[in-house]
Amino acid sequence: MNPRRKKRLTIVLSVLTGLGVVSGLVLYALSQNIDLFYKPSEVHYGKEDTGLKAQIGQRLRVGGLVVPESVVRDQDSLKVSFRLSDMKMPISFSEDDPMITIKYDGILPDLFREGQGIVANGTLMDGFIINASEVLAKHDENYMPKELADAAGEKHSKPSYSKEQLEGSY
Amino acid sequence: MQFDSFASFLDMGGYGFYVWLSFGASAALILLLIFSTLLSHKNARANIARQVKREQRLQQAQAQAEAEAEAEAQASVSESTSQ
Amino acid sequence: MWKWLHPYANPEVSYHFAGKLKPWLGWASALLLTVGLIWALLFAPADYQQGESFRIFYIHVPSAILSMSIYLAMAIAALSSLVWQVRLADASAAALAPIGAVFTAIALLTGAAWGKPMWGTWWVWDARLTSELILLFLYLGVIALHNAFDDKQMAGKAAGILALVGVINLPIIKYSVEWWNTLHQGATVSKLGAPAMASEMYWPFVLCFLGFGLLVGAVACVRFQTEIITRNKMRPWVRNLVTSEVN
Repeated sequence: MNPRRKKRLTIVLSVLTGLGVVSGLVLYALSQNIDLFYKPSEVHYGKEDTGLKAQIGQRLRVGGLVVPESVVRDQDSLKVSFRLSDMKMPISFSEDDPMITIKYDGILPDLFREGQGIVANGTLMDGFIINASEVLAKHDENYMPKELADAAGEKHSKPSYSKEQLEGSY
Repeated sequence: MQFDSFASFLDMGGYGFYVWLSFGASAALILLLIFSTLLSHKNARANIARQVKREQRLQQAQAQAEAEAEAEAQASVSESTSQ
Repeated sequence: MWKWLHPYANPEVSYHFAGKLKPWLGWASALLLTVGLIWALLFAPADYQQGESFRIFYIHVPSAILSMSIYLAMAIAALSSLVWQVRLADASAAALAPIGAVFTAIALLTGAAWGKPMWGTWWVWDARLTSELILLFLYLGVIALHNAFDDKQMAGKAAGILALVGVINLPIIKYSVEWWNTLHQGATVSKLGAPAMASEMYWPFVLCFLGFGLLVGAVACVRFQTEIITRNKMRPWVRNLVTSEVN
């Protein structure tokens, strides 16, 4: 094979292998996400479609809405715990909904607030408690100027931390 | 105007780092694209121009060599006829 | 239609057409981007939840939309080059690939810088982000293939096939937020009917989007010209053109 053809072949092959590896990884990542994604009710009763129940000690990803007035923050560290319930339309909360408790030690994203959609990664503990290593906030597709939001009664303030809280976690 | 001072404009309500990182990186990438585009256009033209010049020189040299060879041949012909 | 299109299939005519177009596109884009970006940075209201970080929207969304539309244009050009052997289509596909790659990179970078303060992470392997990353790899693959062959026609064929295979990624990106449970939210501006935002937030977006779009056009004109002259360097008109002083 002459060197020019060889070069051409290596480039074509490396491009194709690269694409193959990437799409393989993606499918793997996506399927993992889909398998490990639980709603609070699914942690209680098992997956809606497969009936699969999460095991205690298993890593999983949960998504739901932060239950109002359930957020408890430690005074002198970043530790926080809050409850999640299923996302449903229209948004409503009731004490009878299946809920799970998230415990997290870290800085919450700025979009975090009561009633907000949240995704958490962590390990399932006894009593429907999840020890989260990561808490991510979900946003919807709507944007609103502050003045309009005030008029509509929508309010948001990002989580703030005191010096003691930030130092307490180290 | 949403900002009352230049400092608050730079601070972007505490999101200055993220906002300016986004705008800065985007501007850098776009300027890079524009300059590399103009440069490669200039280079492409220069390369072709150089090739054309080289070929013209080659042609000239060839024409000259042919002319000299012809002159020489004629000279030798006239020499042989004069003898 | 073919009769009407015929003169534009001529490389010389297309070269001069692109040359005439580029200053108009360039200046219009500069004007729109200046007004649009100043409006976006200084005068557009902040979002009630996201605060001033919302201004990243004005780069992130236009470049994300453009990254997909440029790919679509490139794939259509690749198709007409492969099927109808339109030589100029191949040149325009080669011209578009690097531009698309840059806008994909911008969409990814600004998305990361926006996700960190808002979501709490620079990157998450959700379907929207992952499929947009694949789009970047597709662009890089197409560029690599265009440069891998000395024979431009061979290169165009190989790159064109990859570009066409990659079209499958476009609907995946677009509908990923509906098909999968993604962290990324749904579309704000391409919703049918009213956009999901106030008009004083929407208009600066329109200006920025048009400005970036025209910029793509202007850059594409220059790259298209470059591709035409390198592909036709043996033609007398190219030789006269490059040795003369005028551009």
